[in-house]
Amino acid sequence: MDLQPSEDELAFRNEVRAFVRASLPASIREKSVAGRRLAKDDYVRWTRILAEKGWSVPHWPVEWGGTGWGPVKQSIFLDEVQRGNAPEAIAFGVSMVGPVIYTFGSQAQKERFLPRIADLSDWWCQGFSEPGAGSDLASLRTSARRDGDSWVISGQKTWTTMAQYADWIFVLARTNPQGKKQEGISFFLVDMKTPGVTVRPIQTIDGGHEVNEVFFDDVRVPLDAIVGEENKGWDYAKFLLTNERNGIARVGISKARLDRVRELAAISVYGSGPKMDDPFFRAKLASVEVELKALEMTQMRVISNLRKDGRPDPASSVLKIKGSEIQQATTELLMEVVGPYVLPYEDPEALTNEPPAGPDWAGPAAPNYFNYRKVTIYGGSNEIQRGIIAKAILGL
Amino acid sequence: MDFELSGEQQMLRDNVARLMKERYDFETRKAYQKEPAGFSDSLWREYAELGLLGAPFAEEDGGYGGGAVETMIVMEEFGKALALEPYLETVVLCGALIRHAASAEQRADLIGRIAAGDLRLSFAQMEPQSGYDLSDVGVTARRDGDAFVLDGAKGLVINGDSAGGLIVSARVAGGRRDRKGVGLFLVDGEAPGVSRRGYPTQDARRAAEISFANVRVEPQNVLGSPEDGAPAIERAVDETIAALSAEAVGAMSEALAMTVEYLKTRKQFGVTIGSFQALQHRASDMVVALEQARSMMFFATMSAGEDDADERAKAISAAKVQIGRSAKFIGEQAVQMHGGIAMTYEYKVGHLFKRLTMIDAAYGDADLHVRRLGDRGSLFV
Repeated sequence: MDLQPSEDELAFRNEVRAFVRASLPASIREKSVAGRRLAKDDYVRWTRILAEKGWSVPHWPVEWGGTGWGPVKQSIFLDEVQRGNAPEAIAFGVSMVGPVIYTFGSQAQKERFLPRIADLSDWWCQGFSEPGAGSDLASLRTSARRDGDSWVISGQKTWTTMAQYADWIFVLARTNPQGKKQEGISFFLVDMKTPGVTVRPIQTIDGGHEVNEVFFDDVRVPLDAIVGEENKGWDYAKFLLTNERNGIARVGISKARLDRVRELAAISVYGSGPKMDDPFFRAKLASVEVELKALEMTQMRVISNLRKDGRPDPASSVLKIKGSEIQQATTELLMEVVGPYVLPYEDPEALTNEPPAGPDWAGPAAPNYFNYRKVTIYGGSNEIQRGIIAKAILGL
Repeated sequence: MDFELSGEQQMLRDNVARLMKERYDFETRKAYQKEPAGFSDSLWREYAELGLLGAPFAEEDGGYGGGAVETMIVMEEFGKALALEPYLETVVLCGALIRHAASAEQRADLIGRIAAGDLRLSFAQMEPQSGYDLSDVGVTARRDGDAFVLDGAKGLVINGDSAGGLIVSARVAGGRRDRKGVGLFLVDGEAPGVSRRGYPTQDARRAAEISFANVRVEPQNVLGSPEDGAPAIERAVDETIAALSAEAVGAMSEALAMTVEYLKTRKQFGVTIGSFQALQHRASDMVVALEQARSMMFFATMSAGEDDADERAKAISAAKVQIGRSAKFIGEQAVQMHGGIAMTYEYKVGHLFKRLTMIDAAYGDADLHVRRLGDRGSLFV
């Protein structure tokens, strides 16, 4: 047992930190730090910078652009990129459909899609959830029927994050209505420009446009739009959701947000002095830091104990639960730091140069707090995670 | 970072676990508790034979060259069994005071006797008014030639009634709460002028209120600088909190294991109560609380040897916060989910809960440490 980080790990951390500092465009960094929404171009620009360095898809196989880093280095990389306020990788491509394609896809699919995911030439979104299929995803009703040399997809997806930017969508659709509900599902790759695909925005409680409904109205796609075998889509979806949980702790994001809390608490003065002078506030901040430090250690333990059989480690449910709760706690702290000027609402979609009421750093606090209620709901709600722990860890 | 135990560490764990399994079932523990000292004298001998009592000391001092990881391993197993012997007091706490303050000559003498099982020590540090302030020392040490004379009262000295020796913090100079001017003095438990009133504690141990009247301490029994004992005291307490974290994790994991076992066997309404989602989710929250605590046990263990006192104090406070909060949640929920049986004195879960509660209260509870941490600045550099 050696509980100190190795020289190699420390050197790698410094290398990534220096790279992010030197390479992340200031305009992107400033938006990120402020908690303001990034534009599509910000993501593309940063992904190209990473791709040039060979770091845009670190966890992929080396032949498709991966780095060959082990899980510890991958985790350090992610932590430093997040702490450095760089845009997050678009998970739908690099963490979800990418691994499904290189694991289960045809050679032609690999060659066609993987390079364009790696440099964000193609923006992907996820067609899983439906109005009637949330936590119970396998009850989905979107269907695909064979018609000559095409599949014809009909149905509706929802909560499709950033579908408004997407070039492609991966879709779970029912190809066999008989038998167990998990067994008749297939996994399709669909060009968003295909006739019959319609995107309708959903405005969320923070006022923003992040998620969408996507309608499939007799959408005709070629036979090679299917990944792997027909009716095996549920297996690929489970594989994908396992990957979704990796990095779900988002330790670096919470560290960056706590950096912001400290920065603003030093300048936010209401009442008797700067917020940081309030011992009760400092104790609350310290409480969140303790949880986050514990989570960071838990994540390292999970990583160093990765199962050899590649099956999901139920401990990742612990990371999801705690990571999401801490993310929410950081947004609450920011609200408290801002104080009374959380009140004015800025329409994120409005095109205006009018300065906000109150300090310019105040505006995003409340919307981010509202928006972050999502993190305990998505990616398998925290109640679903508790069920996984009860069954897979405790055997209840 | 590597969380895997080495071969020797694995063997240490197996040895302690086996000894606890064979000699420390809950019924036997009740008998140990009734022994005069409140714990098993014969087991203490076995700890010596197993090498546990010399584990964290350097080989040149007569120990076995282990460190914080070995202490963690032992304490976690002790925590599961609710072991009563004063390992924490003698080996961890007083052992650390000796390692950090004593001369080579003193170390050779004391550590040899501790490792052989011939000397048990307690740290007489707290006083009725001191609370958790390590610098609040009212017992005085007056110079008398080369020697010192101690006067005053100490309280809550764990196992102080049976300890062969007491390490006493006493003020040589300065005001009552000054960090400077406090020394460490080794006193025989039976020395003239020492009077001890022993009593049982909530967690089935023993403690003592001890008064000192004209107690003479010869120069060879002064540990380190008599005016500057604070750094060694603070460091020893930090190491003790790290060890306590491991004991707490052991007790929490036992409480959780017992609870899950109960959920799988207890039937009501014709089904095992573990089939109820309300209880499943609560048990899952206990898993989360335990894993977070275990992580901070590792963090405390890796930080216990940190030389930078401020960084070490931050890490230890952070661990104490997490341990205290997880312990409270797991202890309370273990009782709640067992229902009535956990309210009985004869059943182990209630005693795990009580020990966990007292661990939170020891050396400052979670709220105290979260305030300290808040005043010291960020954990993340």
